[in-house]
Amino acid sequence: MIEVAIRHRQGALDLAVAFDSGARVTALLGRSGAGKTTTLNIIAGLIRPDSGRVALGEHVLLDTDKGINLPPHRRRVGYVFQDARLFPHLTVRQNLVYGARRSGRPREEVERDLEHLVSVLGIAPLLLRRPANLSGGEKQRTAIGRALLAAPAILLLDEPLSGLDMERRDEILSHIEALKRETSVPMLYVSHLPHEVERIADAVVRIGDA
Amino acid sequence: MYFAKYIANRAASKNGGAADDAGKNVLSDIAAFLQFGPDEVRAIELSLRVAFCAMLLSLPLGIVVALLLARGRFFGKSLLNGLVHLPLVLPPVVTGFLLLIMLGKRGMIGAPLEHYFGLVLSFRWTGAALACGVMGFPLMVRAIRLSIEAVDRRLEQAAATLGAHPATVFFTVTLPLSLPGILAGMILSFAKAMGEFGATITFVSNIPGETQTLPLAIYTMTQIPGGDSGALRLTLVSVVISMAALLVSEYLARRMSAPQVMA
Repeated sequence: MIEVAIRHRQGALDLAVAFDSGARVTALLGRSGAGKTTTLNIIAGLIRPDSGRVALGEHVLLDTDKGINLPPHRRRVGYVFQDARLFPHLTVRQNLVYGARRSGRPREEVERDLEHLVSVLGIAPLLLRRPANLSGGEKQRTAIGRALLAAPAILLLDEPLSGLDMERRDEILSHIEALKRETSVPMLYVSHLPHEVERIADAVVRIGDA
Repeated sequence: MYFAKYIANRAASKNGGAADDAGKNVLSDIAAFLQFGPDEVRAIELSLRVAFCAMLLSLPLGIVVALLLARGRFFGKSLLNGLVHLPLVLPPVVTGFLLLIMLGKRGMIGAPLEHYFGLVLSFRWTGAALACGVMGFPLMVRAIRLSIEAVDRRLEQAAATLGAHPATVFFTVTLPLSLPGILAGMILSFAKAMGEFGATITFVSNIPGETQTLPLAIYTMTQIPGGDSGALRLTLVSVVISMAALLVSEYLARRMSAPQVMA
C-alpha cells in the first residue's frame, strides 16, 4: 500500500529509508535522531528530500526523477504531530471538523463520522472547550480525531505517547487499538520503544541502526 | 489644570470677583463653554471621517505588505521595507510635499488620475485621508508584521496536512492568530490620522470644512485673537476620541485573547 524510498541529507543526518508495506499498522522504529520524524515530514510533503519516491498505492505523492512533488494539502496524508498542534483560536469541535470541511464531503457524512470518532476517542465532553485547557492526552486524542475526519488515505502518528504519563499512554494506546478495529485507515506509527510497537503494529520497519 | 483655571477665571471675571456666585454659575459656564461653533463641529466630523477612511483603506494593503515583509523572500525586500518606513523618518512636511508633487493636479500620478477617473486628491478631504493613511502606514505595517511573525508556522503546516490550500490556511489560521496585532495596527493608524498635521497641511492645505482636521483647526484658532476657547474645546474632543480608541482596542484585544489566556 505505501511505498517509500528516499534519501535526504540535512546537517548531521544522512537518511536513507526504503520500505514497502501493506499492513494495517506499520511501525517505524529507531533511536532518537535516526530520522523518524524527518521521514514522516517527507511523506506528508513538509520537507522535500534530496531524492526519492513516495506512493500510496497508485497515488504518487513524490517522485524526484519524474519531477512530481505534490504540496501537503493535496496528499491526503493525515498527520498526528508529536506536539498535537491544535489550533488555539478554535474549539475542540472546530478543530475536529477543520479538515473535514475542506474535504468536500457531505455534511451529514461528516457529522456521522464526527459522532462515531468522538465516542471512540472519548472526547465528547471536550467539544466546546479550547485546546489551551486540555490535558496532554486530551490534546493528542483530539489531534487524532482531527486528522482522521479529513478522511486521509493514510494516518501518520509521530510518537503520540511522548510527554504522557504511564496511565495516559495506556489509554491512548487502547484508543488507537479501538481505531484499528473501528476504521480502515492504514497507519504509520513512529516510536523508539519496542514494547509499544509490539502491542499495536503488524509490521515493523527499522530506521538507522536501531 | 489650564481648563479649570480658565473656567474659574471666566466665572470670576463675569461676576466681578464675587466668589459666592461663582459656584452657581460654573455649570452654566461649562454649558456655554461646550457650545461648539459650526466650524468646530465640521472639523470634528471631518477628522473622524478622514481617520476612519485612512485606517480602513490602508488596512488591506497594510496586511499584504506586512505579509510580504514577514514571509516573503524576494529581490528588493529591503527596498520595500525602506519605502514603507520612509514617512516615519522623513519630516511630515517633506512627505506632504512629495504627495503634492506626485498626486497634485499636475503631478505624474495626479494628472492621469483626474483625467481618466475624475479623481482629485489635492485640496480635498480625500487627499487628507490619503496623507494620513500614508503617515500611519509604517506604524500599521510594523504592528501587523510583528504579529504575523509570531504565528507558529507549525500550525500552518498542520492545516496544510488537513487539506487546506495555502490561501485557506492564511484566512483560517494565520489571519485570526494575528488579529491582536492587526487591531493594534488599526488603532495606531487611526491615532496617527487624528493627530497628523504636517503632511496634511502641505498636501491639501487648511480649508475649513474640506481639509481642516482637528489639529489644523486647533492650530488656526491659536493664531487668531480670542480663539483660545475654541482651541481648548477641540483639544478636549481630541483627548476624548483618542482615549476612546485606546479603550476600545484594549477591550477587544482582551476579549480576543481571553480563551487562549485561560490556560
